[in-house]
Amino acid sequence: MGVFRMPSLGSDMEGGKLVEWLVAPGDTVTRGDVIAVVETQKGAIEIECFEEGTVRELQADLDQDLPVGAPMALILAPGEQDAAPTPEPPATPAKTPEPAFAKPVAVVAPTAAPPSGRTAASPAARVRAGELSVDLATLEGSGPGGAVLLADVEGASAPKHDKPAKRLGQMDEMRKAIAAAMTRSKQTIPHYYLSETIDVQPALDWLAARNEGAAPDRRILLGALMVRAAVLAAMKVKVMNGHFIDGAFHAADGVNAGVAVALRGGGLVAPALIGADRMSLDETMAGMRDLVTRARAGRLRSSEMTEGSITISSLGETGAEAMTGVIFPPQVALVGIGAPHVRPWIVDGAVAARTVVTMTLSADHRASDGRQAARFINDFETRIASPETL
Amino acid sequence: MTDPDIRAIYLEELVKIAPDLDAEDIANEDHLQDDLELDSMDILNFVSALHARLGIDIPEVDYPRIATLWQAQPYLLARLRDESGG
Repeated sequence: MGVFRMPSLGSDMEGGKLVEWLVAPGDTVTRGDVIAVVETQKGAIEIECFEEGTVRELQADLDQDLPVGAPMALILAPGEQDAAPTPEPPATPAKTPEPAFAKPVAVVAPTAAPPSGRTAASPAARVRAGELSVDLATLEGSGPGGAVLLADVEGASAPKHDKPAKRLGQMDEMRKAIAAAMTRSKQTIPHYYLSETIDVQPALDWLAARNEGAAPDRRILLGALMVRAAVLAAMKVKVMNGHFIDGAFHAADGVNAGVAVALRGGGLVAPALIGADRMSLDETMAGMRDLVTRARAGRLRSSEMTEGSITISSLGETGAEAMTGVIFPPQVALVGIGAPHVRPWIVDGAVAARTVVTMTLSADHRASDGRQAARFINDFETRIASPETL
Repeated sequence: MTDPDIRAIYLEELVKIAPDLDAEDIANEDHLQDDLELDSMDILNFVSALHARLGIDIPEVDYPRIATLWQAQPYLLARLRDESGG
């Protein structure tokens, strides 16, 4: 029997509020099934199951705030006999069925050292209790082993205090989430940057010819070419693709390309195109369309929020010509793509008007050096120059 | 198909693409990119939706002609007439 816990939702999120259960006791689940929906600072996110088996019991209530690691459901392994649930020992994070690289999220969690001999409580509960001046020892915990959870603290304080989070609009919440992740990035990642301005005229001409006469569903955007080129470069220069966890860089097996999507009114989200290394250009485009559509509708999946191995952030068709981006931890590189601009350019020894794009690679000096970044950029540029090879 | 029909369809499909927009708040001269902050992927999704709904295939070069409700109504009506006439 396994306890399914609230998974990490990315380095900038500490949890979410349960708004919908999509399974009931008795249902069978397999890896990747969406079992619940939580509302987060970045919109609703579908929580995927990491286990296989039969749901025995739902352990979280609707409207409950679930910090990362909070128990959500008891799941019986296939063939396992239904037995009386044994009481959970408090704090068994080792059992948390999270993807390995979701681990560093623990670092984001409030840093108050877990004091021994004090009331067991989740980190989020501890912080909120501090904010609300609630004594944890006076609370009855509803978590594993009687641990005090965030909801317990808020329940206790509700009659006396407004929740600070509730007074902030959702934008403020997203701002806070981005601020926390980016501050952590700048404080822990020794960024360095290399950039190159690339003639994209051949790519634009190729796209225009390809899209002419194509039904809208079959059209491809320059952005998809950029993502595809970055994915291919990441496969070649492996030190740009992976995660820096527990003091060491771990190269990813495939490429899950995080695609930054700007949200209306401000804020952004960077869900990953899972398995982008195995996609054709058409599939990359279709995958990006799907991600953007679901980002707008607030239906991204938990794995997409955590499993990115490199991020591509594009300023779109109009706007500034270059962007020096901040790496999304625990990733080690971000490709920033400026808006296309028409510039005087030397082509075959003569000046010509060409559309150019400036791409800037932000990389983590703990994982790589400038020479490798230069190889990445060189590979990217070569690919964009021959769009038919993408 | 009349102007009000086109207007209703335009707004309905637009709000599907950008669910955080409110059709009531969209003015005739609001520009899809500059005012309503659609990105290139949103525009393509919008064009696809109009294609599915109206049977009009809007080529890339004509995207500027649907940038506002004001511009889109005569353009889409003319295109519809072309399709049915041709």
